Amino acid sequence: MSTLNNPLLEAKGITKYFGTITALENVDLKVHAGECLGVVGDNGAGKSTLMKVLSGLYKPSSGSLYFQGKEKVLESPKDSQNLGLEMVYQDLALAGNLPIGENIFLGREPTKNVGFLKFLDFNKIKELTNAHLGKLKINVKSADQKVEELSGGQRQAVAIARSTAFNAKVVIMDEPTAALAIKEVGKVLDLINSLKKTGVGVIVISHRMDDIFSVCDRVMALFQGTNFAESELSNTSRDEVIGWIMGKK
Amino acid sequence: MEEKDNKKDSLYLKLMPYIEKYGILLLLVLMILVMHILQPDVFLSWRNVTNVFKQISWQSMLALGVFMVIVTAGIDLSVGSIMMLSLMVLAIVAKAGAPWFIVVITPLIAGFLCGLFNGAGITLLRMPHPFIMTLGTLYIFRGTGNLISGGTPISGFTDEVRYLGHGRIDLTWLGLEKSQYLPVSLVLIAVVYVIFWFFLNHSRTGKWIYAIGGNPSAARASGINVNKILIIVYSLCGFLSGIGALILAGRTDSGYPNAGLQSELDAIAACIIGGASFFGGRGTVLGVFAGVMIMGILRNGLNLMDVSSFWQQVLIGSIIVIAVYIDVLRRDLGTRK
Repeated sequence: MSTLNNPLLEAKGITKYFGTITALENVDLKVHAGECLGVVGDNGAGKSTLMKVLSGLYKPSSGSLYFQGKEKVLESPKDSQNLGLEMVYQDLALAGNLPIGENIFLGREPTKNVGFLKFLDFNKIKELTNAHLGKLKINVKSADQKVEELSGGQRQAVAIARSTAFNAKVVIMDEPTAALAIKEVGKVLDLINSLKKTGVGVIVISHRMDDIFSVCDRVMALFQGTNFAESELSNTSRDEVIGWIMGKK
Repeated sequence: MEEKDNKKDSLYLKLMPYIEKYGILLLLVLMILVMHILQPDVFLSWRNVTNVFKQISWQSMLALGVFMVIVTAGIDLSVGSIMMLSLMVLAIVAKAGAPWFIVVITPLIAGFLCGLFNGAGITLLRMPHPFIMTLGTLYIFRGTGNLISGGTPISGFTDEVRYLGHGRIDLTWLGLEKSQYLPVSLVLIAVVYVIFWFFLNHSRTGKWIYAIGGNPSAARASGINVNKILIIVYSLCGFLSGIGALILAGRTDSGYPNAGLQSELDAIAACIIGGASFFGGRGTVLGVFAGVMIMGILRNGLNLMDVSSFWQQVLIGSIIVIAVYIDVLRRDLGTRK
């Protein structure tokens, strides 16, 4: 949509060591508003580490992050949330024992003040949840349903809803379709396309070429912790991208 | 045939949430009925009912503290020792002649600090499991209690200090007899349980305690400071054990080395009977109260019937196993697709 403008989020020269292991070395990444970037790579290529750096869970050993052109240091997931950087984790990061609404607002619950005490505003949680799920066309029985009672696709939808409930500017998804039944995959991909239309920058990490080629605008490959290749989607092919994953150009 | 099954299913699904929420109360009511039938003259008498509440008063505090810890998928084995240490601190401060309003807050502070120590150890020292940290402090706190008191009982407190554990609220103005009083400890249980019910169900921190028990990595990824919440939980657990010490001081008028010995196991048992899950994230304050009551009534009823305390042990153990087995069956039914 606006790939010519400055990138919404840019990472430059990200390096991450775990003890003596180099997980990432001098990795660059950028994503624009309304664009979907696909990140591919074999197991251990550093995809998840990179995402955790972007979400503030890991601090990079060196390198810097720029958000809307300004350099930012992320100390915790809270910092990235405050910027509008949201993460949808592979293991979903939902608490099964809590209802849908409380999961969507977990850590950011609306409250009402009674004197000096703050109480959870359950009506508001429900109201906002229904409105938000409606906007994303996600169908569930009720916002009060516990997450553990949902199907894999519904859980993924809740996780995505959660990531976009607070005016997200960039949403990062780690293997968004990995755990889903085939008929649910399409729904999640539709959801990603509708996010792009609202001007959100989306980063999708995936093994599945079908996902990459149906929602992404650009694709980059990591290989052994480094940038290996990158291309507009229109200028590449499945076979070429699969080759990149295996370290062949 | 299939339609009939569906009907049965939908009725079952409708009842499910209520059974889950109030099933344990049903068991409690059933027990009260059975005891009443077995001991019609004594069991529901004013004297005996208030007696049950007096007996469970300090255990109910330990159980509530341990419950919060269990919700986070943790465990606190040290609550009995925290209570004993807090009781000894209270006794020493009282014997030193401190004014009563100082004496009554010392066990609360001592308990809180013990809990803080547990929480700090679990999070900052990165102990692999709370079991280990609190097993260690089970010994450390009781040993410290014995060190500071010389291992001998310290008796004799003022009425003000004993008020919460021993006080009586006169009800003669309601036209009741002098013997039909309300124990202050009963009021205290009600107040503390209501406050903690509100805290766990209507505050953000309370919600986060459940979230940590449900999925700690989800809580962390949501920007919740998991370590901070855990430290708060263990500190509150210690604080409640301190309240337990204050009640016990009132009831027994003495600080003694064996106070609260093995009471951590009673507290855990009450939580489990009350439906709290060891894997965290599940259980209600009402359930814990029911668990404490079930254990209290069982002991009281068996005492009334002059059943030996050995049988009491066997029965309480059996109830733990049966209660959890019923829960397993219920969960099997609940998750069928």
